[in-house]
Amino acid sequence: MPILVNHIDHIYNPGTVFEKKALSDVSFSIEDGEYIGLVGHTGSGKSTLALHLNGLMKPDSGGIYFDGVDIASEGYDMKALRGKVGLVFQYPEHQLFEEDVFTDVCFGPKNLGLERQEVELRAYEALKAVGIEDDRFYVSPFDLSGGEKRRAAIAGVLAMKPKVLVLDEPCAGLDPHGREEILSIADDLHDSLGITVVLISHSMDDLAEHVDRLLVMHNGQLVMDGPTREVFMNRKELEAMGLAVPEAAAVLSDLKGMGLPVRTDLITVEEAKNEIIRALRSRF
Amino acid sequence: MIRDITLGQYYPAESVLHRLDPRVKLSGTLLYVISLFLFQSFAGYAVATVFLVTVIVLSHVPVSFMLRGLKAIFILLIFTAVLNIFLTPGRELVSFWKITITIEGLRVAAFMVLRLVYLIVGSSVMTLTTTPSNLTDGLEKGLGWLKFFRIPVHEIAMMMSIALTFIPVLLEETDKIIKAQQARGADFESGNIIRRAKALVPILVPLFVSAFRRANDLAIAMESRCYRGGEGRTKMRPLRYTGRDYAAYSVLIVYLAAIIAVGILF
Repeated sequence: MPILVNHIDHIYNPGTVFEKKALSDVSFSIEDGEYIGLVGHTGSGKSTLALHLNGLMKPDSGGIYFDGVDIASEGYDMKALRGKVGLVFQYPEHQLFEEDVFTDVCFGPKNLGLERQEVELRAYEALKAVGIEDDRFYVSPFDLSGGEKRRAAIAGVLAMKPKVLVLDEPCAGLDPHGREEILSIADDLHDSLGITVVLISHSMDDLAEHVDRLLVMHNGQLVMDGPTREVFMNRKELEAMGLAVPEAAAVLSDLKGMGLPVRTDLITVEEAKNEIIRALRSRF
Repeated sequence: MIRDITLGQYYPAESVLHRLDPRVKLSGTLLYVISLFLFQSFAGYAVATVFLVTVIVLSHVPVSFMLRGLKAIFILLIFTAVLNIFLTPGRELVSFWKITITIEGLRVAAFMVLRLVYLIVGSSVMTLTTTPSNLTDGLEKGLGWLKFFRIPVHEIAMMMSIALTFIPVLLEETDKIIKAQQARGADFESGNIIRRAKALVPILVPLFVSAFRRANDLAIAMESRCYRGGEGRTKMRPLRYTGRDYAAYSVLIVYLAAIIAVGILF
C-alpha cells in the first residue's frame, strides 16, 4: 500500500478571522497502479489534499503513511518522498525558469542527487513521454506554445521517476485539443509505465473517460470514494454539492425519465451513443 | 515565512478604526510617525504607548497579527541595538578589551529599537484597518491640492493601490512557486550563502515572469474598460467626513499637543 491517508485535518490561519478548515477527517488509501480521479467544487480541499500527499503540507492531526512509514516521523527523507510522489501543480508552466527546456527538465532529477548521465537520460525519457521532440529541447521554455509548456512542465516532474503522479487540474486553460493531449499522456503514464496516477479535475466528462476510481471532496471532507461508475450513480447527491455527472450519464437518465428504456449506469459518450441506438432499435 | 509580512494586508473586522475616513487614518499615521521623533524622554514614550495601545485595542485586530510585521525587521532591530550600544560615547558602564558599553548607549539603543517597533506597529494598524482601495481614495482626495503643482496625484494613487493589492497576490504566488519547486526536489534551506542564493533563481525567474504577465493583463483589462486616468472620473462612494472623523481629528490634536508638551517639559 504506497499511500495511506489516516484521519487528517488541516486548518488554515487558525485563531484569526481568516481561519478555514480545509481538510476534516479525511481517510483513504491509494494502491499501486491505480488511476484515481479527485473531484470537488472550488475550495473543497482538493489542492490542499494534494499538497499533503508529498509532504509539502503537514496535517494538523492524523497521519500520512508512504509504504507503511509515517512521513511525519523524524528523519524521514522528504526529498526522496518528493521524488516518489510527483506533484504537478495547476498551471505548472508558471514554474519553468531555465534557459532551455532540457535543462529545466533536468532540475528535478538533479535535485535528487543523481549522476549527470542518469539525470540527462531521465530528462530525455520524460520529454519523449510527453511528446516533445528533440528539435524543441534547446529552445527557451518561454518560446513554447501553451500546450507544449504545460507538457514540458509535466516532464519536469516525470523526470524524477515518481511512483505516484498527482496532476492538479492539468487541463485548466487549455483548448479541447490540448486537453485531449494531456489526458492521453496521463493514460499512457498509467497504462504503459505503470505509474499510479491521481487526476484532480472538476470536469466530470474528463474523469468519466479516464479514471477507474473517484474520490469526491466537499467542504474539506471526503464524501464519496468508489469505482467511477458507482460514484456517478449518485446524481442527486452530486448535484446537491454543485457537481454534475458526465453529460452522457445526464442525457441517459433524462431519456429514461422521458420513457426511453435505457441503462443509466453508463458514463462515456461512446457508451451512451451505443445504448441509445440499441434502445431506439429495439423500440421500432 | 513569507506569510509573516503584514504590510499592506487588510484585516476585516468591525471597529471604529475600520469605519474611520481613510484621510483621518493617513494624517493620523503621519502625525504619529512625526511625533515619535519629537521627544527623547521616558514620559514621551509613555504618551506614545498609551496612544498606540488605545488604538490597537480599538482596532479589534489581534495583537499577534500586528507583531508579525516585526519579524520582517527583526535583523534591522538587532543591528540598530548593537550599533547603538557599542558606538555611543558617554559614561562607562562595562568595559572589556576595546569595547565599552555606556549608559547612554543602552539608553539610545533601547529608544531607537522602541521607536522602530512603534513605527512599524503604528503604520501596520493603518494598513490592517483600511482596505487598499480606501487607502488610495484617501490619498487621492487628501493630496488633491498637489494637482495645482502639476503632480499627477490620481496616477500616483492608482499605482500605489495596484502595488498594495498585488502584495498579497504576489506573496501567494511566491508561496505556490516555492512549493512547486520543492515538489521538484528544490532545497532552499541547506548549504552556504552562495548555494542558497543560487537556489533562489528557480523562484525569482517564475515570479518576475508572473508579475510582468499580471501587469500586462491588468493593463489590457483597464484599457478595455476605457481607463484614461483621473480626468473627469467620479467615485461610487465619495469620501465624506462624519462626526466620528472630526472626533478622531480632535483626539489626534490632543495627542500631538501632549507629545509637544512632554517634549518641551522633560
